[in-house]
Amino acid sequence: MTIPMGANFEAPSEPAAEPTKVVTADEKGLSQGRLIFKRFIQHKPALISILLFVLIVGFAISATGIFGIPGWWQWNYTSLLPIQNNGMPTLTLWPFSLGDHPFGQNNVGKDYFAMVMRGLVNSAYIMFIIGGIAAFIGVVVGAIAGYYRGWVDSVLMRLTDIVIVIPIIVVGAVVGSAVGGLGPLVLAIFLGFFAWTGIARLVRAEFLSLREREFVEAARVAGASDARIIFKHILPNAMGVVIVSTTLLIAAAIILETSLSFLGYGVRSPEVSLGLLISQNEAAFQTRPWLFWWPAAFIVILSLLVNFVGDGLRDAFDPRQKRIRFSKVKDLPKDAVVESGLSADVPEGVVMTRTGAASNSGVSSEEPDEQSFEPETRR
Amino acid sequence: MLSFVLRRIGVSILILIAASFIMYTLVSLAKDPLTDLYASNSPNKDALIAQRIEWLHLDQPIPVRWLGWLGGAARCVIPFGGCDLGVTIQNQPVSVLLGRAVSSTLQLVTAATILAIVLGITVGIISALRQYSAVDYSFTFASFFLYSLPSFLMGVILKVFVALGFNNWLRDPVFTWAWIIGLSLIAGIFWQAVIGGPRNRRLVVFAASVLVTGLMLYGMTVTEWFLDPSLGPIIAPLLIAAFGAAMVLLIAGARARYAWRTAGATVIVLIGAFFLLQRFLPLFGVWGVILLFCLAGIVGAVAGFFLGEFDKGPAIRIGILTGILGMGVIIVDQYLHTWNSYINNPRINGRPIPTVGSETPNLQGDFWIQSTDTFMHLLLPTISLMLISFAGYTRYARGGMLETLNQDYIRTARAKGLPERTVVVRHAFRNSLIPITTIVAADVGALIGGAIITERIFAFSGMGALFNSGLNNSDPNPVMAYFVVIAVVAITFNFLADLAYSALDPRVRVK
Repeated sequence: MTIPMGANFEAPSEPAAEPTKVVTADEKGLSQGRLIFKRFIQHKPALISILLFVLIVGFAISATGIFGIPGWWQWNYTSLLPIQNNGMPTLTLWPFSLGDHPFGQNNVGKDYFAMVMRGLVNSAYIMFIIGGIAAFIGVVVGAIAGYYRGWVDSVLMRLTDIVIVIPIIVVGAVVGSAVGGLGPLVLAIFLGFFAWTGIARLVRAEFLSLREREFVEAARVAGASDARIIFKHILPNAMGVVIVSTTLLIAAAIILETSLSFLGYGVRSPEVSLGLLISQNEAAFQTRPWLFWWPAAFIVILSLLVNFVGDGLRDAFDPRQKRIRFSKVKDLPKDAVVESGLSADVPEGVVMTRTGAASNSGVSSEEPDEQSFEPETRR
Repeated sequence: MLSFVLRRIGVSILILIAASFIMYTLVSLAKDPLTDLYASNSPNKDALIAQRIEWLHLDQPIPVRWLGWLGGAARCVIPFGGCDLGVTIQNQPVSVLLGRAVSSTLQLVTAATILAIVLGITVGIISALRQYSAVDYSFTFASFFLYSLPSFLMGVILKVFVALGFNNWLRDPVFTWAWIIGLSLIAGIFWQAVIGGPRNRRLVVFAASVLVTGLMLYGMTVTEWFLDPSLGPIIAPLLIAAFGAAMVLLIAGARARYAWRTAGATVIVLIGAFFLLQRFLPLFGVWGVILLFCLAGIVGAVAGFFLGEFDKGPAIRIGILTGILGMGVIIVDQYLHTWNSYINNPRINGRPIPTVGSETPNLQGDFWIQSTDTFMHLLLPTISLMLISFAGYTRYARGGMLETLNQDYIRTARAKGLPERTVVVRHAFRNSLIPITTIVAADVGALIGGAIITERIFAFSGMGALFNSGLNNSDPNPVMAYFVVIAVVAITFNFLADLAYSALDPRVRVK
């Protein structure tokens, strides 16, 4: 992936006007990694999403406990308790109190808060294991195929094609119906073995183009081994693709896991997962809707947050689709320095890309009518 | 080119065979087809087990069984070869079940796919053209939300809110004032944001949409429109004319006289047809309706050909699209006329949106009643499938459009003074469609596979149900049949996508 880094800078005005140059941090010679991190931080939805995600999963883990360490929540997700208050949720927001059963109780009296939190933790770690295994296999297969080309590539890519032909939900259902009873961990590992194909293809394409670049040739001339070239020279440059596609894969994995559990091929009772909870309580929708809404809300929230993070990462790694339009000076990034302009005013309607390339808003896609509203400073 | 096609087909067949082996092994290992018999306590248990072993050749090792299955499946390709996809655990031939399942799944996914593509691309492009506006953010959020919604959740929510809600509401179909005001305001905000422009124009658009929506909802309430709906002799011709005008504005622009003439001629013929057909339409069957659509298209094409002057191509396109859309209005009007007798049918009993199945059993009625019934059964699963793939298409279309709009040739087109419409429709839109073709093609295969969950929620007996019941009953052959269809469709569409890509983008050459 080539990121045009300030190379195509253009003066943001027409020839008649004095060129006003705006320098952002992007041009101050930061490293690639810092730039990407900065762009990610500036992507507000993504930043908020990642914080929220960590918060929610952390809360759930602290409530249920992990690796045998007990959590702070009083009930266990398997213990049968006497049904109080017809199983209604006791959570009140104002004044805030959890009560005995904040999310209510299910029809046999199990505490629903404990179940949902446990399901959330299960779903979250299943999706990370799927993502991790798939990313690992995908990177290795894609890297080897793309780097060595020739028959290695042909064999590996045909292998990928074979796996890709089987839709993941189908293989997931078949695998899940065989190993779903062995617990979430086994299920996640097996699903990971079938989810790597997309990443492998992307990494291969990336390697095919990167291996032709001069720095790879230089490394080879300097006597670097194949392994060193692959892992030290090419892979860091392909990290963007890997990270973005893994994040999106994780978002897909949560849907896959919940769908499989809903169909009855995924996590089995007495273990819980968000999809399984919905499947168990679908029929209770009319009578006890909260049994449906809590897991549903958490599935959507988790998946939405991960998707937002993925989107933010994609924009950070590949800002080609980004065109930030600064119409007012206060909208400029804090570190922007107006260098050679006659005044500190940035002309309205200047279109700036994150890479620092600025151009006239005539190139932007707004309707002509809208531009006529802009002051004549740049005409 | 020919060698590419042949090589590709050869490789695809090999991939298919290898994948079928993996799948066969997985399915055979996943579940033992004899599970239910081991648990049974019928007196002739041993005989039943022996019989099933014989039916499914369970005495042979898995690779041998797979070879036998492959031999039978291979005969499906040969015409009149005697297709044999094995038998179910009840000794029914799978190929018969498969035929039924494929046809009902196709019914389910066709409309969903087409709607998702059209709506998704439209919304994506609007979103791209209004990048970083309120519309863009709302559409982006909506598509992310839909994208993050698992299909089972969507199905359950639709069932509860749309089906039950609408059916209950239909008992007394009255919009309260709060609803009228709320919906009108939403419509106003939506349209002013989509149409955009300077503040004055936005205000006008806002006021107009609030007024029109409000009046429409009020009118529907007082006339109890939802119990006996119709478009009527005023609105239907207006709608036809509006479709014609929209096609002109979209394809040729407001200043193209030939386009107005073409659309005008087509619209006049259609409005005439609307009044003429009123009495005869109830007698039409499915072929009659198809014939009507063809005729409408031909009328449009002829109008375009004779009135198109120097731009026969766009004129013919305008004519055909106007004709087909206008005929759509006429047919929809006829369906609306049928609605009253449909909901009053004793089998329907005033609750027209069903939540399960694919038809109302024992429903008496002509073609219009029967097809209304089919539509109503397809409604919720179609919406559910559509919204899910819609979300993806919106994202892709937006991304593709933005990338195209940043190209130099767009700048050139603007620089040489082309109107914005031409730049967007001719230069940007067409080029941004190229990458979308690939995604659409790959998705069509996946959509059939993805219907497993939707079919289960709506108890729709298509391909997904075949797979599901096969897997639940530890019945390997239906699962394999499902896999074969999915895999063949996926491979075919990928192949078509590659061919289309190279046809659309001359820089890409297949070799």
